[in-house]
Amino acid sequence: MMLAASMGSEPYLILGAILFTMGAVGLLVRRNALVMFMCVELMLNAVNLSFVALSRELDDLGGQIAVFFVLVVAAAEVVVGLGIIVSIFRRRQGATADDLSMLKG
Amino acid sequence: MNDLIWLIPAFPLAGFVLLVVFGRRLGEPVAGWLATAAVAGSFAASVATFLSLQGEHVHDRAYEVTLWEWLPVGGFHVDFGFLADPLSITMCLFVTGIATLIHLYSIGYMHGDPKFSKFFLYLNLFVFSMLMLVLGDNMLITFLGWEGVGACSYFLISFWHTDDANASAGKKAFVTNRIGDFGFMVAIFFTFAALGTINYTGIVAASPSLATTTATVIAAMLFLGACGKSAQLPLYVWLPDAMAGPTPVSALIHAATMVTGGIYLLARMNPVIVEASSWVPWMIAVVGALTALFAATIAVAQNDIKKVLAYSTVSQLGFMFLAIGSGAYVAALFHMITHAFFKGLLFLGSGSVIHGMEGEQDMRRMGGLFKKMPITAVTFMVGWLAIAGFPFFAGFFSKDEILLFAYDKSIVLWLIGMVAAGLTGFYMTRQVIMVFFGAPRWDRPLEEAAPELFAEREAAGIHPGHGAGPTGEIHPHESPWTMTLPLIVLGPLALLGGWLNSAFWEKGKALEHWLEPVIEFGEHHLSAGTTTLLKIELGIGATLVGLIGMTAAWFVYSRNKGEAKDRIELKVLLKGWYYDSSIAAFMGGPGRKGFDAIAWFDKHVIDGAVNGVGSVVKVTSDKGRTVQTGYVRNYALGLLVGALVVAALILSKAVTG
Repeated sequence: MMLAASMGSEPYLILGAILFTMGAVGLLVRRNALVMFMCVELMLNAVNLSFVALSRELDDLGGQIAVFFVLVVAAAEVVVGLGIIVSIFRRRQGATADDLSMLKG
Repeated sequence: MNDLIWLIPAFPLAGFVLLVVFGRRLGEPVAGWLATAAVAGSFAASVATFLSLQGEHVHDRAYEVTLWEWLPVGGFHVDFGFLADPLSITMCLFVTGIATLIHLYSIGYMHGDPKFSKFFLYLNLFVFSMLMLVLGDNMLITFLGWEGVGACSYFLISFWHTDDANASAGKKAFVTNRIGDFGFMVAIFFTFAALGTINYTGIVAASPSLATTTATVIAAMLFLGACGKSAQLPLYVWLPDAMAGPTPVSALIHAATMVTGGIYLLARMNPVIVEASSWVPWMIAVVGALTALFAATIAVAQNDIKKVLAYSTVSQLGFMFLAIGSGAYVAALFHMITHAFFKGLLFLGSGSVIHGMEGEQDMRRMGGLFKKMPITAVTFMVGWLAIAGFPFFAGFFSKDEILLFAYDKSIVLWLIGMVAAGLTGFYMTRQVIMVFFGAPRWDRPLEEAAPELFAEREAAGIHPGHGAGPTGEIHPHESPWTMTLPLIVLGPLALLGGWLNSAFWEKGKALEHWLEPVIEFGEHHLSAGTTTLLKIELGIGATLVGLIGMTAAWFVYSRNKGEAKDRIELKVLLKGWYYDSSIAAFMGGPGRKGFDAIAWFDKHVIDGAVNGVGSVVKVTSDKGRTVQTGYVRNYALGLLVGALVVAALILSKAVTG
């Protein structure tokens, strides 16, 4: 508790911001669907980190409850997303997102 | 008794339905007798209702019976109901009475026609529609009947539709009537918008609260509707052509009943007309007077026995409109009733003549028929004296009344009316002399007897049939009893009908007292300067003018002064002032070009605008859809930029706030 008390939430928030930016940039620049997926996870967990940090600072359990929601939704998303990626692999050689542009206008 | 008002229209409706189902099987003459019985039953019901109404106190003389709720739409309620009051029962009595006689007459007239039962089917439907028109307790039911009689008129004018001329005459009547119907419809809309009701009792109660402008619009639109149905300038053109139908139809629809629908409507709506600006009654009076004069001049030069009567009908309807415009509703309705008697009689008489003359309608082929057809001739002459205003015949009373009120309105209108009355005497006398007197022109072949007519028909390529009789000798004969009996019944009515509203003493004005509860709102009262002496002078003047017209015709036609005849029967009159042919020429020439131009405008400008909007949308969206690249990263970038913008907004708010 001493350690936690001595540190403010600032470092956590900075780390969360760095992780989020990494995820966002990775999502935009990478072509592999699997990697993009991991980037999305990274962004979600960066937000989770900010939630937990702020929850502690404000002494409000709401932030931690939000984290549980995000985890549940992320788990569901992983199931659906991986299912899609598997089916893409079955049809094509790789999982390059730019190849899947049949719905363009 | 008042619960049985629905029986009045139910009888002809039942007759119609029975004839639709069994008509062909019943055949001739049973179908005709069935139809006649249906209308006679309706007449009996009308008489019973009339007697029952008579027993009521003056201001309780109105039975309103609602059968069912017809159209409940939000705030708009229309009940299916009938209103039996002095006005509608008066109409019912003469409509069903005359219709019964004409049905009976038709049994004889339509003898041997292959579509015998269909004719009676239409006639019954017509009587039903006409009764709906007069009995309806709101404008919508009146409109239903109004359209019904229009449709029946169309069916019956083009009854012998294998002949092109008849079919197009029917179409002409229908289309011309539609122009007027538009006015009636707009009047209904305005009435509902202004008063919230189209029920006649409601209109009477609410009309004093009407704004002058609204009342003016309603009255003017009603007048437009009445102009179409009652064949007034400028919409009269269909009525002369409507003579293409069988003669009983001309008598029933185009003389006695349907064409009076416009008069009825204006009389019914008199509380609204009285609220309108004064130019509306003036317009009605002026149009009426001009129509009376205009049609009378045309009638002078017509050679077709029915065309004379048709133009005469237009002219007499003009008199009725003159009366309504002058605020003389009683006089208008009075003339309508007497006109129904004598014009019905004259048309049936002309039908009897045509029947006897083996289908010939041109008066230049007739003459000297008095001895061959005594009953027709005597009754026809009663009608002639009645319409010419011969003292103590029906027209004498009613026309004098109209001219008296016209004098009170304006001396110019009175003068026009007087000239028209004189012409009435003239053309009717001309007709009687040409048909019944003088040397016969039918006892030899056409070429010998009437070389002028023969040459005309040769040139136009007209063969016997449809108005043209055989070219050989004709053997005229008196018509069967079914045709002469209606003449014998209508004769005394035309003779004595005027005593319904005799101006000779106060108690003689039975019709005026009877109709008072309905028309008291709009009825004009003569100005104080109108003394009894002036009334007598005007009456004598009107009678004299009629007599002068008759004498002049006698000099011209009985003395056979060929020169004077040619000077009177101008070609311009024979052609109806070229009114009809001008319209046809205009519609075929410059009018056609105008319509083509409008069609071009519609196609290129209106359609162009619509299509233009469409293609602008198409081009924009063609460009717009390229935004959808199909690459996930683009969408993700969009999301990110959006999220950043939202975050920036929130942050800036937090900072400034």
